[in-house]
Amino acid sequence: MNSTFIQALRSLVGEGLITSREELRTYECDGLTNFRVVPLAVTLPSTAEQVQAIVRLCAQERVAFVARGSGTGLSGGALPVQGGIVISLARLNRILELDIPNARVVVEPGVINAAVTQRVAPYGYFYAPDPSSQSVCTIGGNVAENSGGAHCLKYGFTTTHVLGLEVVLPDGSLVHLGGNTLDAPGYDLSGVFVGAEGTLGVTTKITLRIVKRPEIVQTLLAAFDSTNAAGAAVSDIIASGILPSAIEMMDNLAIQAAEAAVHAGYPNCGGLLLVELDGPAAEVDALMAQVKERCLKHHASEIRVAQSEAERMVIWKGRKAAFAAMGRISPNYIVQDGVIPRTALPQVMEEIERLSAVAGLRVANVFHAGDGNLHPLVLYDRRIQGQEHEAEQLSGEILRLCVRVGGSITGEHGVGQEKKMFMPEMFAEPDLQTMQLVRCAFDPGHLSNPGKIFPRTPLCAEKQGPYVPHPLEISGEAQFF
Amino acid sequence: MPELAKATSAQELRAIVPKGELRQGKSEDAVCGVVPALYVEPADEAELAQVLAYANRARMRLVLRGHGSKLDWGTAPLAADLLVSTARFARILEHAPGDMTITVEAGVTIAEIQSAVSPHRQRLALDPLWPGRATVGGVIATNDSGALRLRYGGVRDLIIGITVVLPDGTVAKSGGKVVKNVAGYDLPKLMSGALGTLGIITRAVFRLHPLPTSSQTLTFSFMDLEAANQFMLAIADSIVVPTGLQMRTGAAGNVEVDVRIDGIAAGIAAQTDTVCKLAGSTNPSPPEADPWQARERLWHAAGSANIFKLSVLPTHLSTTAEFVREALGTNAQWTLLMHSTGLAWLRADAAGGVPIAVFIAALRSFLQPTGGSVVLLKAPPSLRQKSVDLWGNAGDALPLMKRIKEQFDPHGILNPGRFVGGI
Repeated sequence: MNSTFIQALRSLVGEGLITSREELRTYECDGLTNFRVVPLAVTLPSTAEQVQAIVRLCAQERVAFVARGSGTGLSGGALPVQGGIVISLARLNRILELDIPNARVVVEPGVINAAVTQRVAPYGYFYAPDPSSQSVCTIGGNVAENSGGAHCLKYGFTTTHVLGLEVVLPDGSLVHLGGNTLDAPGYDLSGVFVGAEGTLGVTTKITLRIVKRPEIVQTLLAAFDSTNAAGAAVSDIIASGILPSAIEMMDNLAIQAAEAAVHAGYPNCGGLLLVELDGPAAEVDALMAQVKERCLKHHASEIRVAQSEAERMVIWKGRKAAFAAMGRISPNYIVQDGVIPRTALPQVMEEIERLSAVAGLRVANVFHAGDGNLHPLVLYDRRIQGQEHEAEQLSGEILRLCVRVGGSITGEHGVGQEKKMFMPEMFAEPDLQTMQLVRCAFDPGHLSNPGKIFPRTPLCAEKQGPYVPHPLEISGEAQFF
Repeated sequence: MPELAKATSAQELRAIVPKGELRQGKSEDAVCGVVPALYVEPADEAELAQVLAYANRARMRLVLRGHGSKLDWGTAPLAADLLVSTARFARILEHAPGDMTITVEAGVTIAEIQSAVSPHRQRLALDPLWPGRATVGGVIATNDSGALRLRYGGVRDLIIGITVVLPDGTVAKSGGKVVKNVAGYDLPKLMSGALGTLGIITRAVFRLHPLPTSSQTLTFSFMDLEAANQFMLAIADSIVVPTGLQMRTGAAGNVEVDVRIDGIAAGIAAQTDTVCKLAGSTNPSPPEADPWQARERLWHAAGSANIFKLSVLPTHLSTTAEFVREALGTNAQWTLLMHSTGLAWLRADAAGGVPIAVFIAALRSFLQPTGGSVVLLKAPPSLRQKSVDLWGNAGDALPLMKRIKEQFDPHGILNPGRFVGGI
């Protein structure tokens, strides 16, 4: 069957098809490299019609497919499935329409995130979601993961900026979700599709909202003795009614790594805060003075405000390179993405420190402090027998801790392959089953990125009444995975 | 519902809701003219889940209400065997001031949320109609938002968690209590604007925003619609960050633009300056009444008037208003409120002479090429039960919407026939 299927694919995409084992290995994983599956084939369609034809063929032959942008995801969302194909959207990379007066842009999914801002910058606009990988990641991938970034504290996530989508459903039909105006009649299906991690279909066109560039942007660095002191300053800033566009925090280990990698000139301290304000100049000036005051109140040992755009860029470069910089201080690391209520920060930091000591593994902390999105980096050495396993265990403990204090297992990286076993920590079985109803409406045959997000594949039959837990589940002796 | 079946249901439901209220439906319970056979007010989530599971087994058709402030939005129900009220779900469960989130039950009103959080100088940055009566469940189900939408987004952007009860009695939650969270499908968004057709909302979690230190509104009068639209676009394209920007017009030929700027004094002064420069020779004038109440005023003594919700491109506000003026004719009484987001509300009093069905069809074909839409929110009961399509075209996604409805509510018991495309 495989060779006939490959032939059929070739007739649809011509040279946009990869089947040699060597080349397929490029696609065996995404940014999370510890899961690898070599796909049956990789298709590189150039048009929405080709995407539709590929999906139709997959539906007909019951072959699973995984859509892929640049493969920068950190949760294994674009991990291929055994026996399935990858649909790379890299060639659907055109910006189709620019409507500046209505602050809208229509793009194909393979357009790079930063390219949108580049394109609209001459008109004084920008595209707000800014994941650290923005110079390489695609809008299609951002849509799948509902990507955030440092500035989502003020501007919101990808879902805030997606007005409408053209989508190829897993049965091969083409539909339009949302629109180019607000509140299109019917269910908010673009709201459901964004962040569904490619499990509901493949997007071929996206209408985005762009944002007017603020009059000024000011970025402040403040050094504190500890992350707790820095955290107290964050709470104070927020409580005073200021909504910064970003508040980032790094602990000492993260600062060291970033310094080694990009020489951002960060002060060597226990907890570093980066606070950015933007808006009308008069307002930003006045509020920045208040931010400084509050940092001093919490004993900041050093405060610096970037004096030029170049200085500002260097400050951000250190922060955005923080994950990759871990390579400077550790052979291997696991990035986590848990979220906690901001006020739980001191308690959580203390517990992470304790867990780290018990495991004998270092944990560096880089986080979006304004919205409680932690990025603990568990450092380890794969060459040491058993250490990878210990690092995974520790990383899992940190996620459980986030859920325990009322948070989430993922703030922006997605559940993907990596965290699906943690979904039952956060949601009860009826919650997960209810989410699966959406899956059953979009993809009853489980062909679109199957096996991701949820620990179990749903049975898309008519529901038979409320879920009744098995007695062993109630007693805690068994769990459904 | 036949009398015998009604008596049996009443008896069986009575056993299910020992704490809640169960009674015969009355004429004042009517939904778009349809009087429900029975009325139930479950005391808690457990009772509600049992009521739903029972009704689902018995294939009863349900209509849902909070405080009923927008109960007439949507098509008339196909039938109403039972009206389910969430009025007793009236607790604020948790306000976390430091985290700027609030967890509430569905029967809590928007005003109650604001009173709970304002001592902490916070607010839910949502300004739906009638905050004193509108419940959280109703506001989510109808996706109602006001002028603040421009700056803070709508219901979908402020809701971060939800609990719903499905027809089979399953109690399911989605989202969470933190603002940033991508674990699992985003059901809070699916439920926003679904008009209760997928499940009954029992709880919601919202993110909060700081209350502005001060606020200033400027009103400008214009001679023509085009100039007003251009002014609004110029503000959107400037350094000004308004929290409200709207145009008011009507049969009288008046055209006013209101701009609201929130923040600290220094920022407001600088932005006011810019706004006045953009207005050119037009000077701000004091408005007669609070312009941010204009949306509610559309419903004042509305009697037999029709009220539409329009969604258009921000550059098409003036052409849309021109179209409305021409289509309704010179004898018509109408008022139009247009937000810079492209959302607009039109009140047309019955005396216009143009049949509403003709007008709505013309308006839809005018807006369709640019992706706009029209929903008829308020109409006389006679119109609701006829073949006028209140919702308009949901496009090629309608079959998918129907499949979602079938998954959540396979027997079609929730608000049957009230939503888009007969859902």
